Amino acid sequence: MKRGIFEGIKIVEFAAIAAGPLIGQHLAIHGATSVHVESYKRPDGFRQNYPPYKDDKPGLNRSGAFTICNNDKYGVTLNLKSKEALEVSKKLIAWADIVIENFTPGTLDKLGMGYEHMKPYNPDIIWLSSCNQGQTGPHAFHPGFGSHLSSLCGFTYMTGYQDRYPCILYGPYVDHIGVGYGVIAAALALEHRRRTGEGQYVDLAQYEVGNQFMLPALLEYTVNNRIVERDGNRHSFAAPHNTFRCKGEDRWCVIAVFKDEEWKKLAKCMGREELISDPRFATISARKANEEALDKEVEKWTSQLDPYEVFHTLQKKGVQAGVVQTMKDLFENDPQLKHRGMWAPTQHTEVGLVHAEGAPFAFSKTPFKVRKAAPMIGEDNELVFKQFLGIPKGEYDRLVKEGVIA
Amino acid sequence: MEQGKQKLLKDCRVLDFTNEMGFLCGKILGDMGADVIKIEKPGGDESRNLGSFYKDEPDPEKNLYWFSYNHNKRGITLDIETETGKDILRKLVKDTDILIETFPPGYLKKLGLDYKALSKINPALIMTSITPFGQTGPYKDYKGSDLILTAMSGFMSVLGDSDKPPVRPTLPQSYMWIGMHAAEGTLMAYYYRGMTGEGQQVDVSGQAGVTWAASIAPSFYDYNKVVPRRSGCFLTGRSITGAIMRAVYPCKDGFVTYIIYGGPAGIRTNQKLTEWMDSKGMCPDFIKNKDWAKFDIATVTQEEIDKLEAVYGAFFLTLTKDEFFQGCLDKDMLGYPVMTAKEIMDDEQLKARGMWKEVVHDDLGGAKITYPQFFTVFNTLACGFWRRAPRIGEHNEEVYGEMGLTKNDLLRLKKANVI
Repeated sequence: MKRGIFEGIKIVEFAAIAAGPLIGQHLAIHGATSVHVESYKRPDGFRQNYPPYKDDKPGLNRSGAFTICNNDKYGVTLNLKSKEALEVSKKLIAWADIVIENFTPGTLDKLGMGYEHMKPYNPDIIWLSSCNQGQTGPHAFHPGFGSHLSSLCGFTYMTGYQDRYPCILYGPYVDHIGVGYGVIAAALALEHRRRTGEGQYVDLAQYEVGNQFMLPALLEYTVNNRIVERDGNRHSFAAPHNTFRCKGEDRWCVIAVFKDEEWKKLAKCMGREELISDPRFATISARKANEEALDKEVEKWTSQLDPYEVFHTLQKKGVQAGVVQTMKDLFENDPQLKHRGMWAPTQHTEVGLVHAEGAPFAFSKTPFKVRKAAPMIGEDNELVFKQFLGIPKGEYDRLVKEGVIA
Repeated sequence: MEQGKQKLLKDCRVLDFTNEMGFLCGKILGDMGADVIKIEKPGGDESRNLGSFYKDEPDPEKNLYWFSYNHNKRGITLDIETETGKDILRKLVKDTDILIETFPPGYLKKLGLDYKALSKINPALIMTSITPFGQTGPYKDYKGSDLILTAMSGFMSVLGDSDKPPVRPTLPQSYMWIGMHAAEGTLMAYYYRGMTGEGQQVDVSGQAGVTWAASIAPSFYDYNKVVPRRSGCFLTGRSITGAIMRAVYPCKDGFVTYIIYGGPAGIRTNQKLTEWMDSKGMCPDFIKNKDWAKFDIATVTQEEIDKLEAVYGAFFLTLTKDEFFQGCLDKDMLGYPVMTAKEIMDDEQLKARGMWKEVVHDDLGGAKITYPQFFTVFNTLACGFWRRAPRIGEHNEEVYGEMGLTKNDLLRLKKANVI
């Protein structure tokens, strides 16, 4: 096997929750060495304020949310508010190729460890700041979480039904867009450094990468002065295009028919060939005009069947269909994800067997590899501070005793 | 703000054979300066008919979805099913760094143009292949539009009201996830090629890509065999008691997002809201007397949450979205209004950051359209809006000319329906 893409690249993360740490994880499972910094005083928020905890027992090392964002990393504790933390931070930054941080803008500057403070200790460092609204501008210093920001970005407004409140997009949706663009920015900055030796400062605003996922709605407003409204599962040019109830408790399938040919195939699969010539459904315009009646006919059929039966029957005939897969289905009932090695088994020191979420892209020469599970808090202090940074034993012991490595 | 910055990818040539599933990938490379050539079949891509149109004129040259994700690309037409077309592609590939495609698995192999064949012509080629489920595996030949991928990825299972069927976001999101992930994989392969000289194939699965939109939901099943369910405008999974927290409240002129959180930021926000309501005479004693420092979101009961949310809901009804937004900004509270495209375009932060660029569309008689012009700010690398999306075959002469084809050659190709 070839070397990992980022083998030899060293990352230090002054980052917590999802947006920063997941960037580090994507780089780590492709070969980078990533050190996640937190402290006993301020553990990563995912360790203590967010279930799931293994067996519902809270504990700093029992968080599934922390694990899913921090696999394949080394975990250290450094109390940034202690007097000597700055000196240790300098050593970490001097050691690293990339710094990832997602504090509220200004926080690291106040500690004397912002980009400008630290650059002299590693002039070609790649420094990736990921925050809500950017490092500059009137709202730069406003703290925020992705679950709120997803509403500011316009996503919440467009999810659900018009006669209901808008629905949230489950979690900190826009954080994860920031993760993807963060990986993109890191790869670009590394390529630039490879060519020129020059480092980079990246000011990634999750709000702004969110705009990228909203472009058609933004243009619809600027060009046609129209706001895209939430409309359930409807699609202007497709019918049926919806979720349909299936056999079983809260089981659903989806069916999307764009062309008349597909509609004919669907009607045949349903054993309802008479519907093909039914004037209410014969053309896309007719189906759109009679969509509720159409959906009822389709659901009469799907509600008798397991969602996977609908999925396979229709896909084999060339009709687009799917199962509303649950999280259980992703792990237990999806041979495709299994084939791709989506859930990589790994051993967590306290929790035992856990699964890392794999990359959605597979390289022909450099597959991803999860070498270790997410660390317990401070699990790798000795390894990182003594071996990676070369801090002598006596000094290390003193730093622990004096509450710096803590 | 991009003055003096360099286009990192200016010498990188990209052939973009994607449909809507992959548009964003090429756009991202184009934003960083790559020479992205969007290749359509003669007559234009079907994807020019998606979504809505400039001034509602249904013309493939006026499609807003196309404008959104194909700017920063040149455009040519080429029928790679003809022998001449294949030859032209093989010639193009010699000087190409990256090829992105969304054909069904096996299609290019049938034409003798798969990664194996093309990498013989150019061993350093990076080929990014984007499909709904991946190049291999039991579902490889299945189709997947946005609705299908949102469902199969698991994301839809956590979207929608609990008493209604699951929903997708009305503005399709899966293609964005897939295009973004494709750009990640492509640029990682590009960096690896820089280090080693070797190209490779990047096999992007749309389904797996959208799974990442479901945030930490998989960990509930992995850790405790718990299956997260859709819960409308409520956050689930934040409390081991099963309590759920409202994340969307109606206000005077729309909706706002406020969430009862724990942790340092949550506690500060809870305290600030208490003070804000109190200053308006709208804070009952049971909230005023609460010791927020001791508030633990992970063990809070639904009863306590409901009592708090009833009071907050009444307070938010007295505010406009804008008043709520200003209050949160001034008081350093967590919370944002539920904005529409209009409000995003008016937002003072994005304006101050220089997000918007008014682009003159010579192809629309000089009409102006405003676009976001960067995805991220780099201190020395340029990320910007360089050219509007191409018309069908707009750069045939230019691109084929660069290959050494003459005007007569082009005329012949056009007559043979190759371009």
